[in-house]
Amino acid sequence: MSNVLAIGVTETQTKLHLLTIPRRAVGPNDVDIKIEYCGMCHSDLHHCRQEWGETKKPSVPGHEIVGTVTQVGAKVSKFAVGQTVGVGCFVDSCRECKECGDDLIQYCAKGVTGTYGAPVKDGTGHTHGGYSQAIVVDENYVLSIPSNLDQAAAAPLLCAGITVWSPMKHYGVKAGSKIAVLGLGGLGHMGDENKKPEALALGAESLLVTSDKEAFKRASRSFDFVIDTVSDDHDLASYLSLLGTDGTYILVGGSPKPFALPAFSLIPKRIKIGGSLVGGIKETQEMLDFCGANNIVSEIELVKAEYAEKAWDRMQKSDVKFRFVIDVGRSLNKDTQVKL
Amino acid sequence: MSQVYALGVTESQKHLQLISIPRREVGPSDVHIHVEYCGICHSDLHHCRQEWGDTMKPSVPGHEIVGKVTQIGSLVTKFKVGDSVGVGCLVNSCRECKPCGHSLVQYCTKGVVLTYGSPLTDGTGHTMGGYSQAMVVDEAFVLSVPTNLDPAAVAPLLCAGITVYSPLKHYGVKAGSKIAVLGLGGLGHMAVKFASKMGAHVTVLSRSEGKRQQALALGAESVLITTDADAFNAARSTFEFVLDTIGDEHDVSAYMDLLGVDGTYIMVGASPKPFALSAFSLIMKRIKIGGSAVGSIKETQEMLDFCGEHGIVSDVEVVKAEYVEKAWERVLKSDVKFRFVIDVAGSLNADTVVQV
Repeated sequence: MSNVLAIGVTETQTKLHLLTIPRRAVGPNDVDIKIEYCGMCHSDLHHCRQEWGETKKPSVPGHEIVGTVTQVGAKVSKFAVGQTVGVGCFVDSCRECKECGDDLIQYCAKGVTGTYGAPVKDGTGHTHGGYSQAIVVDENYVLSIPSNLDQAAAAPLLCAGITVWSPMKHYGVKAGSKIAVLGLGGLGHMGDENKKPEALALGAESLLVTSDKEAFKRASRSFDFVIDTVSDDHDLASYLSLLGTDGTYILVGGSPKPFALPAFSLIPKRIKIGGSLVGGIKETQEMLDFCGANNIVSEIELVKAEYAEKAWDRMQKSDVKFRFVIDVGRSLNKDTQVKL
Repeated sequence: MSQVYALGVTESQKHLQLISIPRREVGPSDVHIHVEYCGICHSDLHHCRQEWGDTMKPSVPGHEIVGKVTQIGSLVTKFKVGDSVGVGCLVNSCRECKPCGHSLVQYCTKGVVLTYGSPLTDGTGHTMGGYSQAMVVDEAFVLSVPTNLDPAAVAPLLCAGITVYSPLKHYGVKAGSKIAVLGLGGLGHMAVKFASKMGAHVTVLSRSEGKRQQALALGAESVLITTDADAFNAARSTFEFVLDTIGDEHDVSAYMDLLGVDGTYIMVGASPKPFALSAFSLIMKRIKIGGSAVGSIKETQEMLDFCGEHGIVSDVEVVKAEYVEKAWERVLKSDVKFRFVIDVAGSLNADTVVQV
């Protein structure tokens, strides 16, 4: 076991601050990773600010981790010291259920072990995430990062990226599909014309300003898919009008309050609303390889560890293009003082 | 144009009563149908009692119609005088939009013309349904009824039947599927019959033991008593499909828990109030919730042919026209096994007085 520095919240100190956490000794199947970068996901906030219920303390979030292998256990075959690797939203699972067998690990019937805030299998505590200097993970839950990609910009692929990649494949988005993306954040609100240049630069063909009632009405029934990434309260039912017959509304935004849905919003066009949760390991690796082959990474703003709380405040206002990433390797150390 | 007797509500009279309504001349593509039986659908009530908004008067409901062809237009090819035919929930559509072109007429983007309560395309009024002695319908919206089936018991297939048959097929229920049916009324009892005939393992969800024998007799393999917390907990995440036929307010999230990973919640019950849907209940098991509206003409004909082949009909209680308001009161209490059907030809005439 070793101690590493991290930033997290505790019972007494509810803002992120420097603390020390233990990391387990490297077991035969484990990979020890020196963390270089960690993306900031809105889930980190939801979790630490207890918006999704009480959490075990200390809470150290972070599940968009990119780093360098510093040690491997005796039975590790997939990774070598010095390799650039990633860790996403889970670090273990039961490995016995049907879901685990079908690379639906995130849906593990016994409950997947999340990268942070989840009970550790041997009962010794709970998991701590990537807002820390190092992490020890079983090789079956570690991913290989294509060497041609910028490491910091690859970090958000591990949650934000796979969270949209997986359902787009699963629900059948393909060449020629008409898809509306709701939320222009890491996975923000699409609000005004000012977002047009960015949206188009990212590859969108058009921007629909939802507050423009006329334009919204004209767009009625014109899409095969809507992908809803908004994690705050919003009127989901009003966006269903965008779908044509047999359209699919993909819901990945973890909105805390239930939506009010009239039965009639689904019946007259035979539309369906489907959820999705991150992606399996095999699937995440496929996505990363695709990104490597096509030079796709996230648009990020790289920040120092001390900036973490300020970054969270800006994240809540969707004031980031489009994901914050903490430069852990170069700014998380014993002198770190998180600014409030 | 001709006048026929019908049962309907007017501006001044809120209960069903005997009225006289016009039926159009038989046009070149039309089929004139002498109505024999008409099923009573809960939608008829919702409509006439203005639970779904203001309606055009007089309101003559009824969209589960079985009768005999008495006249055909000169261009009609599919039917001849004497044929046993049916009319369901639609009598016309634009025929030009993409859904119309893909045999999805019920999803017509310009607005399908419903059997009752829809504006007529020529602006001369609104459609009136099967609580009447005769109907004139374009042959493209008329269905052929298998002659080996009891016509009174066929009538509910035209709405209740197709409303569950269509999504069972569309969402992929097949032999071996584990499906829970919520609601054992007109829709629910047909869902049990169809799904079990398709080879699925059907469980009926019920609040009490009272429906067990009926559920098993219809083809269900088991009954899950939803008020039994232990049984309900044990059933969590064990189903691939839930088919929800309940038209009143109920806790959809609780039933969604019954689905396993990649499960499908099929919503056909037209509850007037919105229900609460939590993002997490969809996200955590990659569950989808989908709606469905009746079925297309092509699909309804497939269903009728399937029923003819397998001897499937609805379980009905045949009533006289004068009984219709009392039947409606019993529909509201779910006091019917499992659909009322009005014996129109046998009891709707100049002397009919509806009992209130």
